[in-house]
Amino acid sequence: MTPTRAGSAPPERSPATPFESRGGVDWLLIVAVLTVIATFVRAIAFTPVEALQGAAQKIFYIHAPSAFVGLYLGFGLVGIAGALYLWLRDERLDRVAVSSVEVGVVYTTVVLITGPLWGKPIWGTWWTWDARLTLTLLLWFVYVGYLILRGAIEDPSLRARYCAVLGILGALLVPFIHLSVYLFRTLHPMPIVLKPGAPSLPPEMLTTFLLAIGAFTLLYFALVRARYRLAVMLESLEDDPIAESPSVRTLRAEPVR
Amino acid sequence: MSAGAFPGTFVAAALIARKDLAIEFRTRSAFLAALVFSMLAIVIFYFAWDPTAVTAGDLAPGVLWVIFTFSGLLGLHRSFGVEQADRAIDGLIASPIAREAIFLGKALANLAFVLGVQAVAIPAVAMFYNLPIVRVLGPLVMITVLASIGLVAIGTLFSAMTSNTRLAELLLPVLALPFFVPIVLPAAQVTARLLAGRPAMEAISWLRILIAFDIVFVVACALAFPFTLED
Repeated sequence: MTPTRAGSAPPERSPATPFESRGGVDWLLIVAVLTVIATFVRAIAFTPVEALQGAAQKIFYIHAPSAFVGLYLGFGLVGIAGALYLWLRDERLDRVAVSSVEVGVVYTTVVLITGPLWGKPIWGTWWTWDARLTLTLLLWFVYVGYLILRGAIEDPSLRARYCAVLGILGALLVPFIHLSVYLFRTLHPMPIVLKPGAPSLPPEMLTTFLLAIGAFTLLYFALVRARYRLAVMLESLEDDPIAESPSVRTLRAEPVR
Repeated sequence: MSAGAFPGTFVAAALIARKDLAIEFRTRSAFLAALVFSMLAIVIFYFAWDPTAVTAGDLAPGVLWVIFTFSGLLGLHRSFGVEQADRAIDGLIASPIAREAIFLGKALANLAFVLGVQAVAIPAVAMFYNLPIVRVLGPLVMITVLASIGLVAIGTLFSAMTSNTRLAELLLPVLALPFFVPIVLPAAQVTARLLAGRPAMEAISWLRILIAFDIVFVVACALAFPFTLED
């Protein structure tokens, strides 16, 4: 009476890597969150206030690292994972890509919220159709489009392939953002760190800024890893050998795959 | 590979382009729909703004390129939509031609479609909005061709991906529009400057972005296309 497994073996598990969960507390995530909080404390209490902008400038320590990590690192990871997936067809790369996209959406949302929060007191306007803002918004849409595409395709390998292609194209779009700021002097502050010539921040601010980038990067990897583990768990639900076995599907009057 | 037995990439692409255009011109329905859509959009845009506050000349570049985008999407959707019937795409995949040739052929057919619609839409905009396009016709044609190349490259690839999903008609614009903006933005900026009588050299930076975009994405889409077809 009990449904048989119809001879199906348990799904092949790839060998455990530091990405995979071994149970217990996620120490990396805890350390990452604490590091980010420590950076905020340093930014607020132990970093000089900027002369022209006042305290509002401090949002820079959230805004710029989120932008660097969420857009450059995020899209870079999505593009690379996508390209490697198309070459190696390893499903783990697909999981890394979707984890990277989801965390990237969050980081880019933070950029798009903190930006206007800073812009209102400093520029006098919430939003402007400046080149960099516009293209950051577009990349946010590309991230969201990736997730919508993912939801629209059911076959896992087709889904992984299509998303890999979209991820690679999205990553190619990113250099057009960075270039646009040089080609068009706009309202947005020109790059002060990643530019030809030395960074023009005073030393204490530069230290806080670099610490912030480090903290956000650490948090990024911790979140991607946590999301990856969730993806593994979700996939094991999809491949439930009992619920998906031919005999049970026949009982549910579903076509056997 | 024995020469002469199988068509080379460009010959195959031309054959596929001819096939697609022949299918389209049998009924011309998608082309006419895109044309009528463009005309209607021109009219509606004109009434959507207060003509005493905004002059037609200020409005025109934006209208032109918005219409370009949406009428282009109409045509692009049809591009792989025709292959859905009786799984015709399998016949293309099984034939002894390079997959890049399929992409090139489809893209060429789409380019002809989009340029055909623009050939009617641009004079229509000029007439309804009273624009002096005759003296800037050369640069305007050039920017239209450049923008169409980028639009068609992205759109053909995404049409291949979205045509066999559940939300095909909604998904194509959602995926493609962010990639269209780096095409439409330079095109609109250059058009605005041309129509305002500014010297062409002012627009050269925008043109550079558009050309760079075209080169990068035509190559990237052509290389990515085989991965969207079944192995």
